[in-house]
Amino acid sequence: MALKKDVRLNWWDKIYLPAVFKGMYITISHFFKTLFTPPSKRYTIEYPDRKKEDIPEWYRGLHRLNTYPDGTLKCVACYCCATACPADAIYIEPEDLEDFDKDHPKEKAPKVFQIDLHRCIYCGFCEEACPKDAIVLTNHYEIVHTSREAGIIGIEDLIKTKREGGE
Amino acid sequence: MMEGLLNPQTFMVFKVVVVFVAVLTLVALATWAERRGAAFIQDRVGPNRVALFGKIRIFGLGQPLADGLKLFFKEDVLPLNVDRVLYTIAPVISFIPATMTFAAIPFGKPFVKNGIQYFLSILPPDTNIGVLYIFALAGMGVYGIIIGGWASNNKWSILGAMRASAQVISYELAMTLAVVGVVISAGSLRLDRIIEAQNGLWNIVPQFIGAIVFFVSMFAETNRLPFDFAEGESEIIGYHTEYMSMKFSMFFLAEYANMITASGLFVTLYLGGWHFPILDSTVIGSVVAFVIKLLFVLWCFIWVRWTLPRFRYDQLMRLGWKVMLPLSLINLVIVALFYAYGG
Repeated sequence: MALKKDVRLNWWDKIYLPAVFKGMYITISHFFKTLFTPPSKRYTIEYPDRKKEDIPEWYRGLHRLNTYPDGTLKCVACYCCATACPADAIYIEPEDLEDFDKDHPKEKAPKVFQIDLHRCIYCGFCEEACPKDAIVLTNHYEIVHTSREAGIIGIEDLIKTKREGGE
Repeated sequence: MMEGLLNPQTFMVFKVVVVFVAVLTLVALATWAERRGAAFIQDRVGPNRVALFGKIRIFGLGQPLADGLKLFFKEDVLPLNVDRVLYTIAPVISFIPATMTFAAIPFGKPFVKNGIQYFLSILPPDTNIGVLYIFALAGMGVYGIIIGGWASNNKWSILGAMRASAQVISYELAMTLAVVGVVISAGSLRLDRIIEAQNGLWNIVPQFIGAIVFFVSMFAETNRLPFDFAEGESEIIGYHTEYMSMKFSMFFLAEYANMITASGLFVTLYLGGWHFPILDSTVIGSVVAFVIKLLFVLWCFIWVRWTLPRFRYDQLMRLGWKVMLPLSLINLVIVALFYAYGG
């Protein structure tokens, strides 16, 4: 359907030039505004030189496996996170715990807990699914690897993720 | 020592080399200014990361250098069904007139040394066809576009080339008629006479309508953005779709060289050439005045590009034939009447 707009231009609009000059004034004012703004205050954060400081707490970045103060893993290898994961990025191998720990009673713990950071879509479903608050997403966003293998990280790396943000 | 070297022959070679190098350098600078200017206008930062020796960033001025190197070393593929001869010479046809037109423009005050008159334009000023020479060569530029589009053997390219040539031909009329007003007021086709005639009062004041028509037509002639139908980078497809590497950059260089020549011509015809209060008392000062004016008009090209959206094709044609042409005729009649009865 053709839409016919009823636009009436008066003589001043029809000569077109005043509108052009108005537009040119707007663009040049933006030009000088950006020119005289120091780089630290521009909208663009030039990444490797400057980093965004105020990443919100809820940002979903690098994973962390939480531990109790004494260093025991909170994870009980229940597979909730692996089941919830839509990207199939979590791989868990459990082991039975023979010696029953009085402080943190649990029957299973993960022997292998791997997250493929290249498959992960950082949706946070694992965090939602976890009954023990064992896995959280922190707000570290600089996740870079030089090979596919390096993107698969295990328990040792996951517990080392700094705690900022998440929970 | 320099005094001994100064004779008309060496001065000529000196001028040719300096002007050619200056124009090509200005082309590179214009691409840089275009991208940085566009970025600043849009509140962005623009290319600023190319660094000399990995250290010195100098506001991204290394970017044109890097782009040029990239274009030089890119693989030059010859598409299968192109007309090989025309496909190869089209960029050349486009590029050579673009660099040749600047030869007629006087960029500084003539001076006398040891009884010999030296002039600051490559062509001697007593070639009586100054203005005609420029328009003849500028008209050549469109051959590069149409041949390039035709030889590409690509329907979108030929459509782009058709659009471009129709547009250039339409606006050339209005542009030339606007210039006739200037020629009448100076009484000569010689560009140095035209500049002399503007001593005290630049043509842009008495011939405001003509200046506007010329300015608008300039954008159409050089295929710049409000009339960017030849290339139409963002949605419609242009004449150099099949071109790559150095052949493409020849078209690219030609566009920017055309912009510089058009700016120079606008400065010469309407902004008083190298005239400027105080500055033009010395030769160097007059060159500086000319360059400053040229850079300002060149900046206007970039400035307008990032202000106005592209016209629709029928709007372009209507503007050309029904607005610009009558306006330039009105300007011509007013100027002619003034010089016949008033002046």
